[in-house]
Amino acid sequence: MNENIISHEELAMTAPTIKISARNVDVHYDKTHAIRGVSAEIPSNSVTAFIGPSGCGKSTFLRCLNRMNDTIKNCQVSGDIMLDGEDIYDPKVDPVQLRAKVGMVFQKPNPFPKSIYDNVAYGPRIHGLARDKSDLDGIVEQALRRAAIWGEVKDRLSAPGTGLSGGQQQRVCIARAIATAPEVLLMDEPCSALDPIATAQIEELIDELRQNYSVVIVTHSMHQAARISQKTAFFHMGTLVEFGDTKTVFTNPRDPQTESYITGRIG
Amino acid sequence: MIEPNPHKSLFVASAQTKQRATAEKRFHMLGLTAIFIALSMLAILMTTIVAKGSGAFQQSFITLDVALLEAKLDKKGTRNPDNLKKVTTFGYAPLIKAAMEQIVVARGIETDLTSKDMAAIVSKSAAAQMRDRVLNDPRLIGTTTEFKFLANSWIDGYLKGRVTRETIGKNKNISSAQLDFADRLIELGIIEKSFNIQFILGADASDQRPEDAGIGVAIIGSFAMMCVVLLLALPIGVAASIYLEEFAPENRLTDFIEVNVANLAAVPSIVFGILGLAFFINMMHLPQSAPLVGGLVLTLMTLPTIIISTRAALKAVPPSIRSAALGVGASKMQTTIHHVLPLATPGILTGTILGLAQALGETAPLLLIGMIGYVATNMPETVSQGLLSPNSAMPAQIYEWAKRADPAFYERAWGGIIILLIFLVTMNLIAVRLRRRFERRW
Ligand SMILES: Nc1ncnc2c1ncn2[C@@H]1O[C@H](COP(=O)(O)OP(=O)(O)OP(=O)(O)O)[C@@H](O)[C@H]1O
Ligand SMILES: [Mg+2]
Repeated sequence: MNENIISHEELAMTAPTIKISARNVDVHYDKTHAIRGVSAEIPSNSVTAFIGPSGCGKSTFLRCLNRMNDTIKNCQVSGDIMLDGEDIYDPKVDPVQLRAKVGMVFQKPNPFPKSIYDNVAYGPRIHGLARDKSDLDGIVEQALRRAAIWGEVKDRLSAPGTGLSGGQQQRVCIARAIATAPEVLLMDEPCSALDPIATAQIEELIDELRQNYSVVIVTHSMHQAARISQKTAFFHMGTLVEFGDTKTVFTNPRDPQTESYITGRIG
Repeated sequence: MIEPNPHKSLFVASAQTKQRATAEKRFHMLGLTAIFIALSMLAILMTTIVAKGSGAFQQSFITLDVALLEAKLDKKGTRNPDNLKKVTTFGYAPLIKAAMEQIVVARGIETDLTSKDMAAIVSKSAAAQMRDRVLNDPRLIGTTTEFKFLANSWIDGYLKGRVTRETIGKNKNISSAQLDFADRLIELGIIEKSFNIQFILGADASDQRPEDAGIGVAIIGSFAMMCVVLLLALPIGVAASIYLEEFAPENRLTDFIEVNVANLAAVPSIVFGILGLAFFINMMHLPQSAPLVGGLVLTLMTLPTIIISTRAALKAVPPSIRSAALGVGASKMQTTIHHVLPLATPGILTGTILGLAQALGETAPLLLIGMIGYVATNMPETVSQGLLSPNSAMPAQIYEWAKRADPAFYERAWGGIIILLIFLVTMNLIAVRLRRRFERRW
C-alpha cells in the first residue's frame, strides 16, 4: 500500500491541477469570527486533510466548499471560492447544482429513515443518473461495494437504513454520497463512528476515490491524515496556519504551532 | 476539604435516604390520587350520559290495524295521485280514532275515554306517516293495514318511568284515564318499547312531537361541515406551515404572522361566528344556516390549530435529515416533500383530526350564523343541498333540545350527546391508528 501512495503522489505532482481555490475567505456566525482570511488551493485527484484542534473552524471551512453554510441562518461567508475557475458564490450559481458536484459526508451518520436501497438510490434518482431500474440497481450496488458495506447489507437492501449500527450507517451515507458521482467529496470526520476495520476500509476507499475525485477530509487522527492524504491543512483559531504536502507538514513543519499540535502539545 | 467517608453499611438507610424515600412515596401517592380523581370524574360523566341518554334510543310504539277507507281518502275512486295529495293529514286523523274504537270493541277493553282521547296517545306524527305510506302505495286504499305508530311522548315517558300518575297532576296533555287505557294496551302487547332507528336517522320535529325528533339531519349537517373544513383547512394549513417553517425568511413580518397565528388559536369561537355572519352572509350573500358557511367559519377556527401542530411536527424533524438531503443535491422543495413532510405526517394528521374534533363539537359560532337546531327538519337529497340548504349540526341540535321545556326533549339531548361522543371517540381512534401507520423511527 505504501508504494501505492508514493506512486499516486508522484502522479499528483506531475499533474497539479487546482480543483478548488479559496481566497481570503472569512466566515462569521453573528459575532463569532470563525474563519479568518483563509486562502487555500485544493488540487484535483488527491486527498486533502484538514487538521486542527476542536472549534478551530475545520467544519465551517469545509461547509463553505459546497455552500452548506447557506442553510445556517446566521452564517455569513465572504471571499472567493472557485471550483474549476468558477466562483461558486456567484449569484448565478444554484447551490443545488453545486452540491451535486461537491458531495458531502457528515460527522454524525444521517441516513434517511428509508430503506438502505432508497438511501443510496435517492441522489441518482433526483439527478436522473439512472436510465432504468437495472441501471439504478447497478449504481446502488457499486456505491455500496465501494463504501465497503455491500457484503453486510446485500441481503437486506429493503431494511431501514436507520436500523444499522452507527458504523454501518456511516458507510451507507458514504455510499449515498458517491452514488451521485460527485467531482469533489467533502468528508467531515467520516470515521469517528467506525471501528478500526471499517476505518481501514474507508481509508482504502478514499485512496481509491482520488483517482477520479478530489477528496477533502476533516480528521482528528494524525495517523489517518498522514496515511491517506497528499496535502494537509492545519487550522488554528480560525486561521490556516500551515498548508502543504502531507509529508512536509508532518516531518518538517514550518510553523511551531503545527509542530506542537502534531506532536500532541496543543489541542 | 472533602473528608473521606467513614464506612457505613449499605443495609442501613441513612437519614437523608429515608427522607428522600418518603418524599418519593408522597409524590407517588399524589400522582395516583390525581389519576384516581380524573378517572372517577370520567366514570361519573360516562355513567350519567349513558343512564340519561340511552332512553332516547328506545321508543314506545303502538301497533294498530287501520282501515284505510276509500270514502275518506279517495272519494272519486280514481287513484289519481294529484287527487290523493289533496287529502291532508287532517283527512287521515279520523282513521286513527276509528282504529282505536275498533280495538276497544274487538279486545273488550273497558274505558270511558272518548275516541279523541284514545287517539291522542298516538303521536301527532301518525297521520303524516299514514299519508306518506298511502301516497307511496295507493293500492292500500280500501284495505286494513297494520301500522306501527309512535306513542306520544307522555305515554313513552310512562313506559320509561319518567311520567307517573302522581307527577301528571293537572297536566292537560295526559290524564290518568289515558294511562289506564295505555296499561291495557301494554298488557295486550299493542304498546311496546323497541329500538328507534329514527332517532339516529331522522329529522328534528316540532315542540309537540318530541317522540318523532331525530338527530340524523344534524349529523349530515355536521358531516358536510367537516368535509368543508378538511378540504380547506388541511391544504391551506399545511401549505402555510411549510412556507413559514421551511421557506420564509426570518424577519419582522414572519414574526408578526407567527404571533398572530398563535393569537388566533386563542380567539373565542363566537368571534369567528360573528365574523362569519358579517362576512360570509351579509357581505358575500351566502345563504343563512348553510353548512357551507358553517364549514367556512369552522375552517377559520381550525386553521390556527392545524398550522401550530403542523409547524411543531415540521420542527421535530431532525435537521440532520435536511442536511443529508441538501448534501446530495436535493433542492429545498425536494428535501421538504421527499423527507421532511413524510416524517411530519403523523404529527400533521394528529393535529388535523384534533382540530376537526374540536370543530365538530363547536356550537356557539353556528348559532350566530343560523344553524340552529330546529332548521334541521329536511333530509338533504343532493350534495349541493347538503351544503347550501338550511341545516344544523349535532351540538347545535343538542343545545336546541336541551333548551325546550318538554322533558322528553331533555332525554333526546342526552341521547344526542352519546352520538356526538361516539363520533369524537371514533375520530380520535382514527388519529391514533393513522399516527401508528405513518410513524417511522429515525
Ligand atoms: N451554527 C453555528 N452558530 C454559531 N457558531 C458556530 C456555529 N457552528 C460553528 N460555530 C462556531 O464556529 C467555530 C468553528 O466551529 P467548527 O464547527 O467549524 O469547528 P471544528 O473545527 O469543526 O471543530 P470540531 O473539531 O470540534 O468539529 C466555533 O467557535 C464554533 O463555536
Ligand atoms: Mg467539526
